[in-house]
Amino acid sequence: MSYWPLMGIALVVIGFALRFNPLLVVVGAAVATGLLAGLDGVAVVEALGKAFNDNRYISVTWIILPVIGLLERYGLQQRARAVIAGMRGATMGKLLIAYLGFRQITAALGMKDIGGHPQAVRPLVAPMAEAAAEQSHGELAEAERDQVKAMAAATDNVGLFFGEDIFFAIASILLIQGVFEAAGYPLTPLQLSVWAIPSAICAFVIHAWRIRSLDRRIGSARA
Amino acid sequence: MIGYEFLYLLAGGFFALWAVLSLRDARPGNAAFWGVLAASFFFGSHLSDFANGLLVLVLVGIAGAGWVKRSTPATTTPQEREISAARLGNRLFLPALIVPVTAVAGTLLYNYTPLAETGLFEARRETLVLFGIGVLVALAASIAWLRPPIAAPAEEGRRLLDSIGWAAILPQMLAALGAVFALAGVGDIIGGLAGAAIPEGSVLLTVVVFALGMAGFTMIMGNAFAAFPVMAAAIGIPLLVEQYGGNPAVIGAVGMLAGFCGTLLTPMAANFNIVPAALLELKDQNAVIRQQVGTAVPLWACNVVIIYVGAFLLWS
Repeated sequence: MSYWPLMGIALVVIGFALRFNPLLVVVGAAVATGLLAGLDGVAVVEALGKAFNDNRYISVTWIILPVIGLLERYGLQQRARAVIAGMRGATMGKLLIAYLGFRQITAALGMKDIGGHPQAVRPLVAPMAEAAAEQSHGELAEAERDQVKAMAAATDNVGLFFGEDIFFAIASILLIQGVFEAAGYPLTPLQLSVWAIPSAICAFVIHAWRIRSLDRRIGSARA
Repeated sequence: MIGYEFLYLLAGGFFALWAVLSLRDARPGNAAFWGVLAASFFFGSHLSDFANGLLVLVLVGIAGAGWVKRSTPATTTPQEREISAARLGNRLFLPALIVPVTAVAGTLLYNYTPLAETGLFEARRETLVLFGIGVLVALAASIAWLRPPIAAPAEEGRRLLDSIGWAAILPQMLAALGAVFALAGVGDIIGGLAGAAIPEGSVLLTVVVFALGMAGFTMIMGNAFAAFPVMAAAIGIPLLVEQYGGNPAVIGAVGMLAGFCGTLLTPMAANFNIVPAALLELKDQNAVIRQQVGTAVPLWACNVVIIYVGAFLLWS
């Protein structure tokens, strides 16, 4: 058996790592894989065209953009910020855990652009976490301040990544469906997205525990 | 019978509209990109494979040349948004909820009542078709409620679409790559190699290698989407599903999430890990990753356990 078709995998890895345009990398890897597997040029273009065409449903998810855009026009982001701002008054631990849950649930319902670093973390979540930590522990050292802010950003990432896949009409779920369907295993989006729930619960428990221990660690540094 | 073809015409209509609006906005690159994509949605089912392949090459050419750019359609100012957010309150979330509620409740209603016997929807396509219907209902409800200017829904959609740009078709392209890998027999080759490397019959060890590969490739490439077709073709499908008879839904869904743990650990995922460190003016550009390590590593282990239990112990 020839190992040459594996070059395609190497091309994907190298191309992404070197930051070439990902679409060029992917198509380059597909063409190289096809040619190295012994297909001629026309057959490779045909294989690529058929595969792209068969997977069009993955890009159907973008039809939701006018709904989200329209709601943003009337203040969806601002309203989300007001909800987050309403979590004020709690300790840093409680605040970030509440934000983690809020981010996971809204992402699971398809609103993954509520939150995010420029929109929510920098203007809102990080300063609020900092203020809450100072409220309970007094003035923070610079390293501690950076840790709290970094934890706020980390909380946004964890909440998004381990919430969004519960929403079935998202590219990652449909990509999984497409890859398995091409290999002869037809699945439905809901079949896949329910299996994101156990990991989402684990993510909440683990990250909530880590937020609490950061809060406690800062407190005990002063005791 | 309603199936994907309905969705393709619907999405094709949206992309065509965005192409026209881009043209009106003097952005020929964007117009060409969304126009070709619209053609693929409208006519793809009737074109030859070769013609569809040419459409792919044109799309990639336009994107690779850097002709797809951000746009700035007219929208409301932050002040106007504050005012209407205060006026409308939490009701603003409701139209967005219509979409998942329609799709999930509709799917359950369809599958667990005699409705399924009507054969209204193509098998296994009902959720996505109902998602499309949910979007139309949510759009109609929002327009009736908010009474925006006539062009606003399309222009607001274009604002978001152009902020995503060519990356909007990356997942579809990666799925196509997965299909080409399958055709070229990549899975068979690696399955043979890995089968020789991993002790025969050790399901748990194979799950660990799969999840480690997802996280590792994601860290190198900065993108779990790109790692997925690679690891699915290499280990997920040939070994875990075919050789050991695991549940494909668990292996796919949780395998992707094992990759997301890798995203938490890599500076290559700059938007999530490096950009926020800059936005928050942190001294150490890896400060966010440092806070994520303690979550990502145990969470990765949880994902291994979930795959092992869900795909094998509960499945057989």
